[in-house]
Amino acid sequence: MPNLSMTVNGKAVQGEVEARTLLVQFLRENLDLTGTHVGCDTSQCGACVVHVNGAAMKSCTMLAMQAEGAEVTTIEGLADGDTLHPMQEAFRNNHGLQCGFCTPGMVMSAIDLVNRNPNPSEEEIRDGLEGNICRCTGYHNIVKSVAEAARVMGS
Amino acid sequence: MPDGINTGIGASVTRVEDYRFLTGQGTYTDDINRPGQAYAYILRSPHAHARINGIDTTAAGAADGVVAIYTGADMQTGGLPCGWLIHSRDGSPMHEPPHPPLAQGKVRCLGDQVAIVIADSLSQAKAAAELIEVDYDVLPAVVDMKAAAGGGTLVHDDIGTNVCYDWVIGEEGDVDAALAGSAHVTEIDIVNNRLIANAMEPRAAVSDFDRATGEYTLYTTTQNPHVIRLLMGAFVLSIPEHKLRIVAPDVGGGFGSKIFHYAEEAILTWAAGKLARPIKWTAERSESFMTDAQGRDHVTTAKLGLDANGKFTALKVETMANMGAYLSTFASSVPTYLYATLLAGCYTTPVIFANVKAIFTNTVPVDAYRGAGRPEATYLLERIVNKAAKEMNLDPVEIRTRNFIPSDAFPYQTPVALQYDSGDYMATLKRAQELHDTAGFAARRAEAEARGKKLGLGYSTYLEACGIAPSAVAGALGARAGLYESAEVRVHPTGSVTIFTGTHSHGQGHETTFAQLVSERLGVPLENIEISHGDTNRVQFGMGTYGSRSLAVGGVALDKALDKIEAKAKKIAAHILEASTEDLEFNDGNFTVAGTDKAMAFGEVALAAYVPHNYPIDEIEPGLDEQAFYDPANFTYPGGCHICEVEIDPATGVTEVTKFTAVDDVGRVINPMIVAGQVHGGVAQGIGQALLEEAIYDPEGQLLTGSYMDYCMPRADNLPSIQVAHETTLCTHNSLGVKGCGEVGAIGSPPAVINAVLDALTDFGVEDIAMPATPARVWQAIQDAKA
Repeated sequence: MPNLSMTVNGKAVQGEVEARTLLVQFLRENLDLTGTHVGCDTSQCGACVVHVNGAAMKSCTMLAMQAEGAEVTTIEGLADGDTLHPMQEAFRNNHGLQCGFCTPGMVMSAIDLVNRNPNPSEEEIRDGLEGNICRCTGYHNIVKSVAEAARVMGS
Repeated sequence: MPDGINTGIGASVTRVEDYRFLTGQGTYTDDINRPGQAYAYILRSPHAHARINGIDTTAAGAADGVVAIYTGADMQTGGLPCGWLIHSRDGSPMHEPPHPPLAQGKVRCLGDQVAIVIADSLSQAKAAAELIEVDYDVLPAVVDMKAAAGGGTLVHDDIGTNVCYDWVIGEEGDVDAALAGSAHVTEIDIVNNRLIANAMEPRAAVSDFDRATGEYTLYTTTQNPHVIRLLMGAFVLSIPEHKLRIVAPDVGGGFGSKIFHYAEEAILTWAAGKLARPIKWTAERSESFMTDAQGRDHVTTAKLGLDANGKFTALKVETMANMGAYLSTFASSVPTYLYATLLAGCYTTPVIFANVKAIFTNTVPVDAYRGAGRPEATYLLERIVNKAAKEMNLDPVEIRTRNFIPSDAFPYQTPVALQYDSGDYMATLKRAQELHDTAGFAARRAEAEARGKKLGLGYSTYLEACGIAPSAVAGALGARAGLYESAEVRVHPTGSVTIFTGTHSHGQGHETTFAQLVSERLGVPLENIEISHGDTNRVQFGMGTYGSRSLAVGGVALDKALDKIEAKAKKIAAHILEASTEDLEFNDGNFTVAGTDKAMAFGEVALAAYVPHNYPIDEIEPGLDEQAFYDPANFTYPGGCHICEVEIDPATGVTEVTKFTAVDDVGRVINPMIVAGQVHGGVAQGIGQALLEEAIYDPEGQLLTGSYMDYCMPRADNLPSIQVAHETTLCTHNSLGVKGCGEVGAIGSPPAVINAVLDALTDFGVEDIAMPATPARVWQAIQDAKA
């Protein structure tokens, strides 16, 4: 099996994987980073979104081998010790999560959205999260969370 | 309150559980791995109806990594039981055909379980499954309910019919007479579209067997672990409770679809015992689409009688409800006791008759989905009321207010069994109108008209029954289980508290809300309170979470246990403070003796209970740990008013919800932030049903909407911001005054959306539209009306 190395959450990691292994499988099964979730099999739900070299990526759409040498950030790598990332904090303050299953992907997508558009309107937030499905919240509080995080991240 | 911060009842405390979910540290079933674990793949039927002549597993059994392959021939166990016995109008019990976990000679729906392949890795299990040869005789499938009701192809040969039961409530003769004497009768034909719950976490299970103790353990994505233990242990696998542990860890949403006992749970548990090895199975999303029990799927004809003043005189309802191929756990109760008993709604209709025929078809089972029966009743009522208003040239608000049960008429006995304890439907209506600015609608409509768009306004004034439920009543109606709830309050020696609840949180935030109840009562800070749920080896018993029952039944059980804790603590404190219990007051976590400066903190009492040196040992036992079971006296009756505004582009049929207001009466609110979140989510699912979602089978029983590319889930850009408010009347028969909030959004909202769509299309003469009102359907309705 091919060898693979990359940086995940700031740490150099390596592993042996079958060539067909998806990035999400490598993260969950090889590295035990189970915060990244699998909610579908058609790359629609966005529960598996991580950052690859700083950009949001559905980790089910990418082979692990394609991330060779990349910098990968998962939900586990966002907080600074006990200090949550402003997006995590905003989700907590605004009840932007219920069952928590879509949340890691939603948070990772939302950070990328704000990185690309530091001052998004409600409509831009809704459009920007179109690739992440949440069944619990009706998105109402997710939209509020992202707007609040954008204000904090921009200040 | 502790530290001057209100963490008790009524405070929007941020959630205790969020830190772990936001940092990727939640533990969902698929995150669990056991040492030496094997992986399972379930081989499923590609046909909706077929006879199995033989299954050849020779090649598959020899494939790399395969540990075992089992088929129905190997797994001769009990079938999956149905929890609710309905009797037909002629007194005969419903038909309960066997529901084997692995198919026994026949498959009856797409996705039916044919074999389990267990291998060292999932890819090996999948590869081996490809090598299994199943010899099928494909049979004609019956998918349409009307066709199925007429006979022909039978889903279950040996019962000789596809009609599971033919049930009635009310006096048909009285209703027919009232209709005949009515000034006007409004008739409606209505379909409640079939839905797929789509909790974001697919179902999963990890089973284990301990050879040393003979104990089975199953980690599973369920809303009610004790119910699964009871059903699977007693009916399917014959494993006694003390040798069967069910753990529902973090569960990623349920919405009803994770209530039921599923075949995979039994197959995995059984196979773990055979192999004495842990086994993991996780559904792919396409499997979830195929095999999770689906929701709704009613076809109804109804007649509403009215007098000359628009007062309702009678309601007659004929409904066919799809059961799918087998009876799922609660399937039979959904279109009967959770539907027809709600047909009075919030109106004074004096006589009601309903006939419900439950029909088997070659589709996956249908069971409870958020609201379960009550959304179907509400949709019917709120559509027929609007239609009647139009026919009688009455305003849709006017016809409602003329028929509301007045706020001074409670307790109110309906003609369909239920007795409502409290409500104020005018108050929720008025508040919703103010919040929504219905007075400004005409101006908004004119503005839209100027842009070539059609604006519509729709109402739904709904009522539901939840807090399931009084066991005696449920039992009299056919339930085979009690529906109480249990709670245990374990106060530790240093004053921290663990609560064990038989309810289960899969997004509802019990770890916060229940902790608030404890904090309010005992003055213990939230960080010193732990809520334990989901593990049958930790929690004494419970019936789980569905029917908006967690707070209204489980929360009240907790309140009862807290009563016992407080009473015992008071005796301890009275002894140590040398006072009588009558003279003791308990506030903010401190016992004080009235009129003195003598005081004792709750934590000190806890320590005294476990270090009973100076203790009323003749009167009470050491320790501070109390349990309560609570069986409610009645259902609870949330109600409210939802107002929806839609904007339609008549050129394309594209329909956008531009404004939505929900004013609900859910009784006392413990955490307003969490309640609003429940309403948002419910409304989103209701808007999804009304505009986007539908499970569609082709005539051969193939699911055409089997992925997120085909089944239209609401996404962030499909939905508006949702205005939420409450008008509260307290539940009169539970100690917290709470009613439940989990389902109100999904129950109240669909008719508000469709009534808004029809209002927007008034100029075109469109009088009916089916859910989901997709752009294609809206556009077609406009063209048809023009033609």
